[in-house]
Amino acid sequence: MRSQNRSRLSAFRSSLVGAVLGGAVVFAVGAFSAEGVPDIVPRVTGGAQPMQDIAAPALARPVTDDKRKMRNYPEQPPVIPHSVDGYQLSLRTNRCLDCHRRQFTEGSGAPMISVTHFMDRDSQVLADVTPRRYFCTACHVPQTDAQPLVPNTFEDMLLVKPKP
Amino acid sequence: MSLSRRDVLKAHAAAVAAAAANISVPAVAQPVAGGIGSLEIKWSKAPCRFCGTGCGVMVGVKENKVVATHGDTLAEVNRGLNCIKGYFLSKIMYGGDRLTMPLLRKKDGVFDKNGEFTPVGWDEAFDIMAARAKQTLKDKGPTALGMFGSGQWTVWEGYAATKLMRAGFRSNNLDPNARHCMASAAYAFMRTFGMDEPMGCYDDFEAADAFVLWGSNMAEMHPILWTRLTDRRLSHPHVKVAVLSTFTNRSSDLADIPIVFKPGTDLAILNYIANHIISTGRVNNDFINKHTSFVKGAVDIGYGLRPEHPLEKKAAGASNAAATQPIDFDAYARFVKDYTLEKVSELSGVERGFLQELAELYADPKRKVMSLWTMGFNQHVRGVWANQLVYNLHLLTGKISEPGNSPFSLTGQPSACGTAREVGTFAHRLPADMTVTNPEHRKHAEEIWRVPNGLIPEKPGYHAVEQDRMLKDGKLNFYWIMVNNNLQAAANNTQETYPGYRNPDNFIVVSDAYPTVTAMAADLILPAAMWVEKEGAYGNAERRTHFWRQLVNAPGQARSDLWQLMEFSKRFTTDEVWPAELLAANPNYRGKTLFDVLFRNGNVDKFPVTEIPAEYENRESKAFGFYAQKGLFEEYAAFGRGHGHDLAPFDTYHEGRGLRWPVVNGKETKWRYREGLDPYVKAGKGVDFYGNPDGRAKIIAVPYEPPAESPDSEFDIWLVTGRVLEHWHSGSMTMRVPELYKSFPGARCFMHAEDARARGINQGAEVRVISRRGEMRTRVDVRGRNRMPRGVVFVPWFDASQLINKATLDATDPISKQTDFKKCAVRIVPA
Repeated sequence: MRSQNRSRLSAFRSSLVGAVLGGAVVFAVGAFSAEGVPDIVPRVTGGAQPMQDIAAPALARPVTDDKRKMRNYPEQPPVIPHSVDGYQLSLRTNRCLDCHRRQFTEGSGAPMISVTHFMDRDSQVLADVTPRRYFCTACHVPQTDAQPLVPNTFEDMLLVKPKP
Repeated sequence: MSLSRRDVLKAHAAAVAAAAANISVPAVAQPVAGGIGSLEIKWSKAPCRFCGTGCGVMVGVKENKVVATHGDTLAEVNRGLNCIKGYFLSKIMYGGDRLTMPLLRKKDGVFDKNGEFTPVGWDEAFDIMAARAKQTLKDKGPTALGMFGSGQWTVWEGYAATKLMRAGFRSNNLDPNARHCMASAAYAFMRTFGMDEPMGCYDDFEAADAFVLWGSNMAEMHPILWTRLTDRRLSHPHVKVAVLSTFTNRSSDLADIPIVFKPGTDLAILNYIANHIISTGRVNNDFINKHTSFVKGAVDIGYGLRPEHPLEKKAAGASNAAATQPIDFDAYARFVKDYTLEKVSELSGVERGFLQELAELYADPKRKVMSLWTMGFNQHVRGVWANQLVYNLHLLTGKISEPGNSPFSLTGQPSACGTAREVGTFAHRLPADMTVTNPEHRKHAEEIWRVPNGLIPEKPGYHAVEQDRMLKDGKLNFYWIMVNNNLQAAANNTQETYPGYRNPDNFIVVSDAYPTVTAMAADLILPAAMWVEKEGAYGNAERRTHFWRQLVNAPGQARSDLWQLMEFSKRFTTDEVWPAELLAANPNYRGKTLFDVLFRNGNVDKFPVTEIPAEYENRESKAFGFYAQKGLFEEYAAFGRGHGHDLAPFDTYHEGRGLRWPVVNGKETKWRYREGLDPYVKAGKGVDFYGNPDGRAKIIAVPYEPPAESPDSEFDIWLVTGRVLEHWHSGSMTMRVPELYKSFPGARCFMHAEDARARGINQGAEVRVISRRGEMRTRVDVRGRNRMPRGVVFVPWFDASQLINKATLDATDPISKQTDFKKCAVRIVPA
């Protein structure tokens, strides 16, 4: 079982703030110069001389702090706050379900897969996870410590205010 | 008073959320502030904007902003599911560096090829653009003017582009980036069935007993179709899955028969399976006698490189690569007899037992089999052959055109089928499978378009790779790129693409939503509206046409490609661009703008803007004063109705979740060419491949031929390129979504641990990937999701700072002209 830290309130708080801010604004690494011309941000715009040699940054480290991230909107699949290195997800075995299956959550402390994950193609509830949802990583992805390259101006549905 | 841990948590969470949302904490719980209206979200349907699967999405809008998206439960394709990219569609339009104004390279206030990007208005942008286009037409004629579009254009954008280029500027130099994606599939359909696109549909997933993936990694590239396949496999234990690839990937994880073969040897494996079917007596003789014919293809057809390349000079069959000649079944059987189990096992590196198991999936008459492929087959110097060889297997056994028996070509872009193929934005094509080389087809198009006879040029234009070469060589001088990032996508881009963009003789225009590598190498950047910022239509891989409304406004001065194409056409008169003799014979076209003759032609301007529902915006139609999308669609639909490509009336598509053509008497067609399922097959026929005049599909005899470049002592390892789940194509949208970026922040080189060790490279080390063309720097991953065999590395191409296409080879399939991004030789050294 992986460790859980849900009693640590300070961590809880910073994770929630981080999630909101990360989803809404901040991280103004690149965008536009004062003249309205896009900044060069090599990973999205290419280098200033795109065909020239560009050093490759070190591989980012996986986020493994087990802190739940607030979703951008209710339907968003939660991101994975722990390492999944070496997890086997195959025809015969599914390491994710070892903790997140309904019958295992009491022991693992992991969130149970959502109720939608029991529904077949015709929205009928099955006794266990539906085979169409078997490969978790199609929708749920881990995060790394890489900082976003450009700000994203997406607004939370609770923050969108009528425009004057 | 003591507080429980739960009380503390509750109070704390409310305070944190309130602080984050900039609202004050209510002293006591209160009913919904502002009433239920403040919580309401306006939901509308749209197709996903990424791959060719064509999932339905519900898009939630508040105050002109997309605030949420989720899978559409009413969409047949995905029934409520999305993949990780689809779930983050909400954020793709909100990258902080969205382009909101045209940007022109200027020095001292005037255009200068070496100047700095400077914001300008649309008038100034179109002034310089029109002046350059007119100068090019005057100096060199229509063949010096070109456009590169995409399978991400909406149906009407592609249609407007093909009209503007062919009938306006009289140039066939129009090609989509779909050329890099599924041209081989399209050519193979035409050569085998005489009609493009699959006979089956996604319903085959729920009916098949076996699935064979040919070089496709659906688990990452078509995740929602993978959910349907997984559902079938896990729910029905008799179902078998075979995954063929040049390395082990996430799709292999579901495989009963996981096969890793040496690059290019799929051709031999396919011929072995045909040999197995014949030698074990499992040919469906009744089917092949009634419904097929046999041909032999030209061989030694070269590699689509520049004509002076030694490989092209050496290739005896290169000048007539598409040639075929009739043979009979016996000759075909003798031809494939060479492909024995022993020989093919040796060549491909695949164990005999696996090959036999695989062959049995096709040979066993009781097993319904679905074959699936995408770039592994299509991006292949023998891609057309590979596609045709798999049709051979389904035709020999009669396993085709019925539920579960389905050779199925997947597509990579949301409208590769709808726009690139059906509309006909390829250099040689017209709508509804017609071609510019056929005088009857040109005449028919001219009639529908209401333009003078003899206007459309007959010579096919430059295809994608040739466009780059001609830009470099200075023969193509005015070039407009829309909805794609070709400088990042094109093979051998340092040598063959970039020089053409920066060639002082050329003027390069890029329309895009974001500053991509391609945009930043242009002379003029036009800001584009994207996805639900405009009304649109896409056609997915199963012939499904689906529509969406404009749901939000584009930022700043960004405008849709449709508006850009139509508005630009106002700047040209027929007298400036059409030949004098043509106008002399058709004087009523004199003195009109291209906008008048192409878009104010009585068809396109037929429907008033009052037909647009009041609750939806439609900026470009309101700008033009008529319902442009409807007019363009209805004119376009005239090409296919009654010819096996029937589309439903425009308004129908706004109601439902798409329909699979041909739509006859309001009914879609799930399986083509079979009586009872396809309204075009007459009673008593059983099966009719009516795309061919004799009603027969062609089985072709073609051999294994080696790739254009293979590893040697100097460049000792295979390079395969492709995608990852989290990023779509060049990453211009997904890299700007923080969660997607953070999940897979940069390219890397997947490599076998022993190959790395032999070169003194550790996990995560920086390396150079070097080919004969160029090199790039990246990081090595020996334990990631792709598990490489010795001698093969995989590098995805989404990272603009790690351009793997500096290393790839611009070899193409000589028939389809599609680039092979999957096979070239590199060496890897520590950086």
